Amino acid sequence: MAETNRAVIKLREKFAASVLDVKEFRGEVTVTVKREDIVAICDYLKSGLEYNLCTDVTAVDYLGKQEPRFMMVYNLYSIPNKDRLRVKAGVPENDCTIDTVSCVWNSANWLEREVYDLMGVQFNNHPDLRRILMTDDWVGHPLRKDYPVQGPGREPYKGRLS
Amino acid sequence: MGVNQPLGDSFITASLDGLVNWARKSSIWPMTFGLACCAIEMMATGASHHDLDRFGIIFRASPRQSDCIIIAGTVTKKMLPVIKTVYEQMPEPKWVVALGACACSGGIFDTYSVVQGIDEALPVDVYIPGCPPRPEALLYGLIKLQEKIMKDKNSFGSTIGFGERLESAA
Amino acid sequence: MASTEIMTVNMGPQHPSTHGVLRLVVELDGEVIQKITPHIGYLHRGVEKLSEHRTYHQTIPLTDRLDYLSPMNNNFGYVLAVEKLLGIEVPERAQTLRVILSELTRLKSHLVWLACHALDIGAMTVFIYAFREREMVMSLYEKISGARMTSSYFRVGGLATDVYDGFEKDVREIIDTFPGHFDTYEGLLTKNTIWLNRTVGNGVISYEDAVDYGITGPALRGSGVDWDLRRDNPYSGYEKYQFKVPVGEKCDTFDRYKVRLVEMREAVKIIRQALDSLKPGPVLADAPQVTYPPKESVYNTIEGLIHHFKIASEGFPVPEGEVYQSVEAPKGELGYYIVSDGGTKPYRMRIRPPSFVNLGAIEKMSKGSMIADLVAVIGTLDIVLGEIDR
Repeated sequence: MAETNRAVIKLREKFAASVLDVKEFRGEVTVTVKREDIVAICDYLKSGLEYNLCTDVTAVDYLGKQEPRFMMVYNLYSIPNKDRLRVKAGVPENDCTIDTVSCVWNSANWLEREVYDLMGVQFNNHPDLRRILMTDDWVGHPLRKDYPVQGPGREPYKGRLS
Repeated sequence: MGVNQPLGDSFITASLDGLVNWARKSSIWPMTFGLACCAIEMMATGASHHDLDRFGIIFRASPRQSDCIIIAGTVTKKMLPVIKTVYEQMPEPKWVVALGACACSGGIFDTYSVVQGIDEALPVDVYIPGCPPRPEALLYGLIKLQEKIMKDKNSFGSTIGFGERLESAA
Repeated sequence: MASTEIMTVNMGPQHPSTHGVLRLVVELDGEVIQKITPHIGYLHRGVEKLSEHRTYHQTIPLTDRLDYLSPMNNNFGYVLAVEKLLGIEVPERAQTLRVILSELTRLKSHLVWLACHALDIGAMTVFIYAFREREMVMSLYEKISGARMTSSYFRVGGLATDVYDGFEKDVREIIDTFPGHFDTYEGLLTKNTIWLNRTVGNGVISYEDAVDYGITGPALRGSGVDWDLRRDNPYSGYEKYQFKVPVGEKCDTFDRYKVRLVEMREAVKIIRQALDSLKPGPVLADAPQVTYPPKESVYNTIEGLIHHFKIASEGFPVPEGEVYQSVEAPKGELGYYIVSDGGTKPYRMRIRPPSFVNLGAIEKMSKGSMIADLVAVIGTLDIVLGEIDR
């Protein structure tokens, strides 16, 4: 079913070199692409395939589990066609940057600021990249896997939770 | 009234402290400091079903006009300087009520950004546990605060400039 | 010679009209807004990070506290996402009850929206009336789950327990009396000159801009976009019910107000249809590795006790994969993106908060208008800081 999805067919036609992987799980189609072409792909998805609502932009930290360490995830929705698509792009730890898609959808502006704040991924050409949820002088990126949940200054909880 | 009235039936004797304390406890004006879910239960207590106005409690928006601050909700490290500024702007005498598990001790949020209890920064008079506490629990806590205010000593003296107000410990 | 300069004014985080701890730094030219910079994060509690250290069941109370005005809807989205990952099917009675409770929660949330929006604009009577109605729904919550607000009643695979005996009677009492109350609110506000002056033409955002900024929910429908997740991507049996999706025309605050009022009436209709189609049956899925056994077997047999202990202490493993499930919360599209690595705790739980994305459009909606209109815009966007900051 993933290969018959209209977005996958068109993406494989136009950006054959950038599409790294296509997966389908529980009825949802995920396309993994190279991070250098993310703006071109998103622009094509919005104007050519009518994915006009960028629902969510987030990142997952796969520390120790897979390379590249961070995976940017873009959840898209098409209001005229009523279908969803997920686009993923890997970001390595040593060069933690990716181009911003806030020029394509304005909703990505704040969502990318949150990814920068909590995960530490830098966005090139972002209009206003600063911390959004933590204080401006906070050190560290809390949602990374190597950041302790109770904060860096406290003793970790020694009891059992479950 | 069964009490020995040395001056006859038209006079009632009481202490000046008692008078000042009675006036203070019957018109506690808290500042609206709702932070999270407990704020909604505070609003529901102030609404018509469980009424706070019958206790003389009116919510004031400005710290300069209030004498109690009800910290309702989770206190984060980003919000703590704001709370301290607002608390310092309140005139004496002032009381602090910690409403809900998050204000008492951090609640279920034992994380990097949550202050584990507002008593790290402010002197709390009444702790009201619950997540969120029922409106009846908030009313009970405020009545306990009223009982604590009644036990204050030298409140009249401190208002006219002689000595300090002595608060009771419990 | 008069000279003008831009004045910077700080609104909040402690402010009676910002619905929670929101800080807005507003640059004004006289009374006209030139630029708004929202500062959020004063209620950031680290829910996403905390959920990586809790089992799937232990995360359910964490999701309650996000949008604390509509707690059952948050639970709904989360348990639907986990059920999708697991691939289990929820019985029909549980689905119908979930729809009834979710629509009651929508009523609850819209009543608070109406109360606070009207209070900010100046109508205090509506606040008192709406909270009185809300007490009826809260006491129903308490009879079902034990807590007035943060109920944590939904479980992965169904509901925690079956509803009590007088449930249907209580719900019918609510849905029979509420339309009369809605008429009262409309009578107080809809043709009121002051209300019309303050809301018509205020906070206008066009169709294209609303979609571009990612706005969802009643704020999007007020701008003319005909999209409702309950109708277009139905879940939990919503495709069986007939309801109207209201759409505004003039994209202003008054249209969003009318959209939400119609949504409240349609919620009552959905509850009536769901209640009529409620059939007896189990409320937990037949998936013993995920759901708790019934209490009689826990208290009386050793196998039930061991089963309960194992699920409560260790949790249940979820197959590896990732899933995105969204529900139509009263504020917009509430989405959960859960990544699982095969263990008993979520590897990454991402919550897509509707109010966070809606708030990003506040500068577009209020630039060039007066500062008093900013309060109306905040009220009409219907933001909840617990959800924005998580």
